[in-house]
Amino acid sequence: MTRLGVFICHCGKNISRTVNIEALRKKVSTLTDVVLAKDYLYMCSKPGQTMIADDIREHRLDGALVAACSPRLHGKTFAQTAQRAGLNPYLLDMANIREHCSWVHIDGAEGTEKAFSIIKGSLGRLHYAEPLEPFQSPVTKRVLVIGGGVAGIQAALDIANSGHEVYLVEKSPSLGGHMAQLGETFPTLDCSSCILTPRMVEVSQNEYVHLFSYAEATRVEGNIGQFQVTVRFKPRYIDETLCTGCGDCVPTCPVVVPNEFDQGLGARKAVYLPFPQAVPAVYTIDWDACLNTDKLIICENCYKSCEARAINFLMEPREITFEVGAIILSTGYELMPVAHIGEYGGDGYEDVIDGLQFERMLSASGPTGGVVRRPSDGRIPQNVVFVQCAGSRDPEHGVPYCSKVCCMYTAKQALLYKHAVPDGQAYVFYIDIRAAGKGHEEFVQKVMSEERILYLRGKVSKIFKSGDKLVVWGADTLSGRQVEIEADLVVLAMAVIPSSGSQKLARTLHIASDLGGFFSEAHPKLGPLESNTDGIFLAGAAQFAKDITDTVSQATGAAGKALSLLANDFIKLEPTVSKVEEGLCRGCGLCASICPFGAVTMSPSEKTGAMVAGINPVLCKGCGLCAAGCLSGAINLRGSSFKQIFAQLEEMV
Amino acid sequence: MKIILGNSHPQSLFAQRIEALSGQKLFACYQCGKCSSGCPMAESMDLLPNRVIREAQLNNGPVLMSCRAVWFCSSCFACAVRCPKGIDIARIMEAVRTIQMMDGKPITEQPSCEDTGTLPQIALVSHFRKFNV
Amino acid sequence: MPEGLRVGYFPGCTLKTDARDFESSALAVAGALGIEVAELSRWNCCGTVYSLDAVNLMPRLASVHNLIRAEEEGFSEIMTLCSMCYNTLKRTNNLFTSINSAVVADAPWRTAINDFLCLDPGYSGRVKIYHFLEFLREKIKPEQVKDLVVRPLDGLAVAPYYGCLLLRPKEIAIDDPEKPEILTPFLSALGAKVIDFPLNNECCGAYQTAMHPEAVARRACRIISSAQSEGADMIAVSCPLCHYNLSALQNATNSRQSGPKAMPIIYFTEIMARAMGLNYQTDAANMTPTSVPPGRCRASAWEAAK
Repeated sequence: MTRLGVFICHCGKNISRTVNIEALRKKVSTLTDVVLAKDYLYMCSKPGQTMIADDIREHRLDGALVAACSPRLHGKTFAQTAQRAGLNPYLLDMANIREHCSWVHIDGAEGTEKAFSIIKGSLGRLHYAEPLEPFQSPVTKRVLVIGGGVAGIQAALDIANSGHEVYLVEKSPSLGGHMAQLGETFPTLDCSSCILTPRMVEVSQNEYVHLFSYAEATRVEGNIGQFQVTVRFKPRYIDETLCTGCGDCVPTCPVVVPNEFDQGLGARKAVYLPFPQAVPAVYTIDWDACLNTDKLIICENCYKSCEARAINFLMEPREITFEVGAIILSTGYELMPVAHIGEYGGDGYEDVIDGLQFERMLSASGPTGGVVRRPSDGRIPQNVVFVQCAGSRDPEHGVPYCSKVCCMYTAKQALLYKHAVPDGQAYVFYIDIRAAGKGHEEFVQKVMSEERILYLRGKVSKIFKSGDKLVVWGADTLSGRQVEIEADLVVLAMAVIPSSGSQKLARTLHIASDLGGFFSEAHPKLGPLESNTDGIFLAGAAQFAKDITDTVSQATGAAGKALSLLANDFIKLEPTVSKVEEGLCRGCGLCASICPFGAVTMSPSEKTGAMVAGINPVLCKGCGLCAAGCLSGAINLRGSSFKQIFAQLEEMV
Repeated sequence: MKIILGNSHPQSLFAQRIEALSGQKLFACYQCGKCSSGCPMAESMDLLPNRVIREAQLNNGPVLMSCRAVWFCSSCFACAVRCPKGIDIARIMEAVRTIQMMDGKPITEQPSCEDTGTLPQIALVSHFRKFNV
Repeated sequence: MPEGLRVGYFPGCTLKTDARDFESSALAVAGALGIEVAELSRWNCCGTVYSLDAVNLMPRLASVHNLIRAEEEGFSEIMTLCSMCYNTLKRTNNLFTSINSAVVADAPWRTAINDFLCLDPGYSGRVKIYHFLEFLREKIKPEQVKDLVVRPLDGLAVAPYYGCLLLRPKEIAIDDPEKPEILTPFLSALGAKVIDFPLNNECCGAYQTAMHPEAVARRACRIISSAQSEGADMIAVSCPLCHYNLSALQNATNSRQSGPKAMPIIYFTEIMARAMGLNYQTDAANMTPTSVPPGRCRASAWEAAK
C-alpha cells in the first residue's frame, strides 16, 4: 500500500484531553506512504464519516486508518464507511487511542507519544492487510428455547405466533418454573398461577411449539443459523402418549418423598404430578425414589392400577437431534441454600425457611393450603421475622450483588402474612429498600403504613433456637439499639443465584458467564439480550436476577432478536478466520486438538495425499489459537496474519 | 449537633488516622449494622459499633474522643467474621482507643488494686494490654 | 499407642497459676495417648491479646521471642492450652508465613520485626502453632481415646464451649466459627452425651471481667442458661479466661429462684483425664462453682445479671 489516509478523532474531549491532536496529526502526516492526516471532533458522526468517504475517493486511498476508540465500539461503523467509498472494509483499520491511551493517561506528553506509537504500529499492520470478503451461511428457521419457566414460555409463544417452529426444552416434568410456585405477585397481588397457567396451556397447544419436558439439551454444535442440537429425554417410566392424567397410580404408590415443588415442605409419592396444573398433565415416576431398579422390579402397584397401561418400567433414555437457527436461554435461577449461612443456623432449624418456601405456604395449592404454619409443629406463627439480604450484598460470605427482587417480595410476603394472621406481628430487617420499579415504592409504603409492619434497619447477625422459639439478634441502626426478637418463624430472603445446571450448559454452548455464574450478555448496555456467541440469546433470571415483569420483557426482546435473525435466508459471517498454507503443513494435528470449536479437521491433501489441516470457516471463531499453536507457521489468521502482527510490533518498539 | 462539612472542615484527617492505625478501609462500610447486631458487649456501649464507624466516616473527632464503647469491645471478632465487607471492626475499635490514649484522654478507668484479688493473670494482663500504646 | 509423637509446649502465665489443673490434666491425657509434651525451656508472656494496631511493632515482639526460642530448640510444632496464647502466637506466626497471612495489613511485618530484632536470617515462620484440641484432632483418633476409657461418662450431658479465640478471626480458626464441633468426637468417645448449644461460640466477655464484671456476668448468665436449657450437666471449656468468667461469677447464689442453676465449668482435659482414670493435680477450688470464693462485687454482678 502506498496511499494511506489517517483520520484522528478528538472524541469530544475524551481523546483530546490527554492527546495533543494537532501535534499528533503533524507527526503522523510525515510517516511513509501517509498521503493525508486529518482530525475531527467526532469522527463517528455523519460529517466525520462523510469526510473519510470523500477522502478515500478523492485521494484514491488504498488503505485508511481511523485513530479513535475501540473497534468493538465503532469498527462496524467505519467498515461501512469504507465500503460506501468503494474501499474493501478490511483495508480500513482502527487504532485505539481512547481506551488504550487517552483514558489511561493523565499526562498530555505521554498520551501524545503513546498515541503516535499506536498509530505507527497500526499503519505497519495496515501495510500487509488484504481485502477480504464475508462468507455466507444459510439460516435454519427454527428456534430452540432452553428452560420452560415464564421466560421460556413467553419467548416460545412469541416465536410460534410469528409462524416459526420452536423447540421448548424443560428439564423438570412440567413447565412453569418458579413462577408456578408463587402465591401472589407484587405489586398488584395477581394470583401467580392464575396468570401463568393459561400461558402454559397455550404454549403446549400451539402447533408450532415442540414441547420437550423432562428433557435436557446435552449437545449443541454448529453456529449462528445452523445449530445442531441433541436433546436427551429422561425416562418418565410412563408413556406420555398413553397417560390420561387420571392419577389412579398415586394412591397405590408406597413411597413418600419430599415434594420439590413445595420446596420440601410437602410430600409426594414416587409416582407424581408436580402440581395440579402441570403441563404436560402426565405423571412421572421418580426413579431415584421408586423401589424398583433397572435390575429388579420389586413393586408393581402403579402398573397394576393403571388402566391406560401407560407405565413402562423398562423405559430407556432417548435422544433426538435437530437443527435450529437460534437459541434462547431461559434457565432461570434458584435460591442460595439456607445451609450456606452458618450464623443463621445453617439448615439446622426447621422454622428458618427461605422466601420460596414461604411462597408455597402462602399458595392456596401449597402444602398447608394457604395457611401459614410452622414447619416444625404446624402452629400458626404469631411473630414472623423477615431477613433481607441473606447472602446478598455480602462479598465475604455470599454474593456481592443485590438480588433485586427480595425487597419487593418480602414486603408482599409480610402483607400476605398479615392478611392471613391479622393478630400476628411481622418484622422486616433490611439494609436499604430497593423498590425502583413501577408501582413498587408505592407498594412498599402501603405495606408499611397500612399493615403496620415494623421495618428495622439493620442486618441480622445470628439466629438460634431457644425452646420452641427462634431468637433473632439484630440491630436497629436508626435508633442505635440492639434488637432481640423471639420469633416463631424466620423467613430468609436468600440470594438469587443461577440455576444449578447453568454452568454445564454454558460449557455445552461455549458461552461465557460472569463471576456470579449468570450468562454474560454481549454488552451491558447495548447487547443485554445477546450472549457473546452469535445466535444465542438470553432471557430472564439466567442473565441476572429479575422480577416477572422484566423477565417477560426480556423474553419478548430475545424472541424479537431471534426472529430478526430468522428473517434472513442467509447470514454473513466474518472472513477473519484461520487459513492453512497447505505446503507448510506437516499434518501433526496439533491445531485440531487445540481448536475449542471443532473447526479444524485433518484430511488427505487433494494435491499430495498427505494429511493436512483444513479449517471450516463457518465454525471458526477467529480466535487464532491454531495459528499460535502451529509449530511450522502454516496457519495464519486472516486480518491478523503474522506479517501484520510483527510489522505492528516492529513499528511500535 | 449539626455536622458541618465542606472546605472549612478537614474532612479526612481523623478518618485517615483511624485507617492508618487499623489498616482497614473505613469507607468500605455500608452501614448494614451486622456488627452491632451480634456484638456481645453492645448492651453496655454508648455507641453501637456501626455508629463508631459512621462517626469515623464523618470524621467526627469529638464524638469518638469521648466514646466509651471502644473500651467495652472485648475483641471477640464476632463482628469481623460476619462483616459482609471483610472489615475487621475490632481493629477500628483499637484504633479509636489508641487515638484516645495518644491524645491523652482515654475515656475509661483502670481497675483498682482491690479489685484484682481474685482475677486470673490472663484477665489482668490482657486488660492492661489495652492501655499499652 | 502411636510412637514418636512429640510436640513443644508453650504454657503461658495462667497455666502455671490459676489453671494448674488444666495443665496437669492435659499433660496426663497427652502422656496416656503417647504424646511427648516438651515444655519450652525458656518462654515469656505470649504477648496477650494480639495487637490490632497496624503500625506499632512493640506489642508483637513478645510472641516473636517465643517463636524464635521454639525454633532454636528445634521444635517444628508447638502447642498451647490457653486459647488466648494460641490466638496471639498463631496470628503473630502468620505474619511470617505469607501464605497464611490473609490480612493484607499484616504483610510488611516480617522484615520489620526481623530487622528490629537484628536477626539474621530472622525468624523463619516455620514453627506450626497448635491448640491442644487441634493437635488431638489432627494426630489422635477418637478410638484411641475410647480404648483408654476406664470410667465411661455414661451419658453425662457435656456442653462444649469454645468461646472466641479458637474460632476467630477466620485465618486462625481451628473449626467452623459458626458451628464448632471439634470436641464432639472426643467427648463422645468418653461416653458423654454431647450438647450442642447455640451460644457455644459466643464471647464470655474476656478481659472485660477486670473492669466491667456486670457486663461479663450478663454474658456468663446467658451462656450458661443456654447450655442448661439444652440439657447440659456441665460445660467443657478450653481457655482459662472462659473458665474464670463462667465459673467465678456463679458463686454461692444457687439457692435463688431465678437464673440458671449451678453449672460446673470444667476443662475438657479434666473430663478426659477423669474418664481415663488418670491422676492429675487438681485444684479443688476450681472444681465446682459453689466453692469458688466470691470476689469483691461479683455476687452482686451475678445477681444483677439475672
